[in-house]
Amino acid sequence: MTIFSGTALCLDRADINTDEIIPARYLTEIEKNVLGPHLMEDLELAGFDPKKDLAGIGVLVTRQNFGCGSSREHAPWALEANGIRVVIAESFARIFHQNMFNCGMLAITLAPADIDRIFQAAGTASLHIFADVDKGEITVTAGPETWTLPFSLTGFEKALVQAGGWVEYADQNY
Amino acid sequence: MGKTIAEKIFDVHLVDQPFGGMNVLRLDRVFCHEITTPTAIQDLIARGKDRVFDPDKVKAVIDHVTPAKDTKTAMQGKVLREWARRHGISDFFDIGRNGVCHAIFPEKGFVRPGFVIIMGDSHTCTHGAFGAFAAGVGTTDLEVGILKGVCAFKQPDTLKIEITGTLRPGVFAKDVILEVIRQITVNGATNQVIEFCGPVVDALSMEARMTLSNMAVEAGATSGICRPDAVTVEYLWSFIKDEFPDREAALADFSRFLPDDDAVYAGHKRIDVTDLVPLTTFGYKPDNVKPVSDMAGTPVDQVYIGSCTNGRIEDLRVAAQVIKGKKIADTVRAIVSPATPAVFSRAMEEGLVKIFMDAGFCVTNPTCGACLGMSNGVLASGEVAAATTNRNFNGRMGKGGMVHLMSPATAAATALTGTITNSSLFTDPARTKQSGKTIRSMS
Repeated sequence: MTIFSGTALCLDRADINTDEIIPARYLTEIEKNVLGPHLMEDLELAGFDPKKDLAGIGVLVTRQNFGCGSSREHAPWALEANGIRVVIAESFARIFHQNMFNCGMLAITLAPADIDRIFQAAGTASLHIFADVDKGEITVTAGPETWTLPFSLTGFEKALVQAGGWVEYADQNY
Repeated sequence: MGKTIAEKIFDVHLVDQPFGGMNVLRLDRVFCHEITTPTAIQDLIARGKDRVFDPDKVKAVIDHVTPAKDTKTAMQGKVLREWARRHGISDFFDIGRNGVCHAIFPEKGFVRPGFVIIMGDSHTCTHGAFGAFAAGVGTTDLEVGILKGVCAFKQPDTLKIEITGTLRPGVFAKDVILEVIRQITVNGATNQVIEFCGPVVDALSMEARMTLSNMAVEAGATSGICRPDAVTVEYLWSFIKDEFPDREAALADFSRFLPDDDAVYAGHKRIDVTDLVPLTTFGYKPDNVKPVSDMAGTPVDQVYIGSCTNGRIEDLRVAAQVIKGKKIADTVRAIVSPATPAVFSRAMEEGLVKIFMDAGFCVTNPTCGACLGMSNGVLASGEVAAATTNRNFNGRMGKGGMVHLMSPATAAATALTGTITNSSLFTDPARTKQSGKTIRSMS
């Protein structure tokens, strides 16, 4: 059973790019964990304070085209260094999306209406999201309310998440 | 059913289709630089897999921060350098011989039509200008590429973008790609391959086609491919002359990858550029695009001419033509960074370096540096740059800094006035019409 879960943070903007996720000035780091404290420090979003708001978060929920821009895998690494191993969005930029699965992390695409519902609930209560990869289902809990949403992964994406990433998979198969 | 260029390239590189839907492709080239490769190398060492699938197919360069600016960037260079030596990677370009990856690798003849190429750099799509499938990837994909010579891609749904009409003087490939991105938006081609075609693309030089393909990723595209033709063959001829009896034979061979007449496209967009004017960006996304004339008068602190988009010799020639015999404004500082040592040498031979220096430009060694705010021209908070680069994200060239993307001609004209300005190479048709005679825009 492959399960991801955590307290979720909603970031209400489309096109959040990899420079905003982790600025280029930290690309000189070779150790992944060093990136942790700098996650989204340049992201300017009304009411968003990265130091405060990212603490204890395990899941991000956001809008279209998340992770556009640079190919830097430092973006998922910076998320992972903060314990965030799931991003749920209306859509993703290709390289970021592949990087998530290559790292054995989870990028879930949901319809805008489903994302809207999560955003609305987040406005009133703290949000917890539980993702079951085998069932292809997320469970959202916001205060007293709980609902489930199906999501689909390709067989390849599922295999990467279950294998813990692309390096081992490729070395065994090619 | 006919096939697109990308589908034809995929067909001859296919190794496996795990779970359907994904295509594991054999790689012809893995390009490496010192920012995203050292972490891949460290991980391979940690896994006990410090191997390279084929040292002749792996090419490496130190380009993002060079000369090293501190001990961390020096260490990134050291890890890459020692790895290249350890594995006998003979095409490794260290300081003195190094240039911006997407300029130096084509210049060395490493890219061919029909190739599959990856690099841990989003602007790898540049090499699509040669009719190759070239894609930016993350470090893990790069790592597997280095180790096994394969990479996995989704089906290459292709968006055909046909550029028709005739470009006016003073309007360049950079303006065309900014217009494309304006129209299709920053995720208009996500998970798709763009195939650029039409008479305007056919008439572009290889350098201009690289400018076009370079920014395909700014519309989300996996790769931006131009059709290989006689222009491609001519550019490559010195590298391939031993492989083919003549140019016609090379062209016939490369034509294997041309799309079929009945190829199926995910979309088809036709853009007539006859009325296109010089463009620039105004916000923090590459699809925030306006005519330069709408932004005229906007003050800038720094002008930057260089990068994998516009740091090649043709770019420097155009910029030099605009500034020749003139001085940059007192309120602005200007930097030109020739993209490779060969571009730098050529610029010296042609007297361009002198024109830049006489105008008050700082001429730097080849490096990516300032484009992504890492070195050689980082902005201070609150500062504004006019740049020939490819990305205007908030803080891209320095935290709190603003970037306006534009062509080398517009950037050069902007350096002369200190505010965003159309170049003297461009004749504004609106103003011409009003007065009934040609008025040169201010520069």
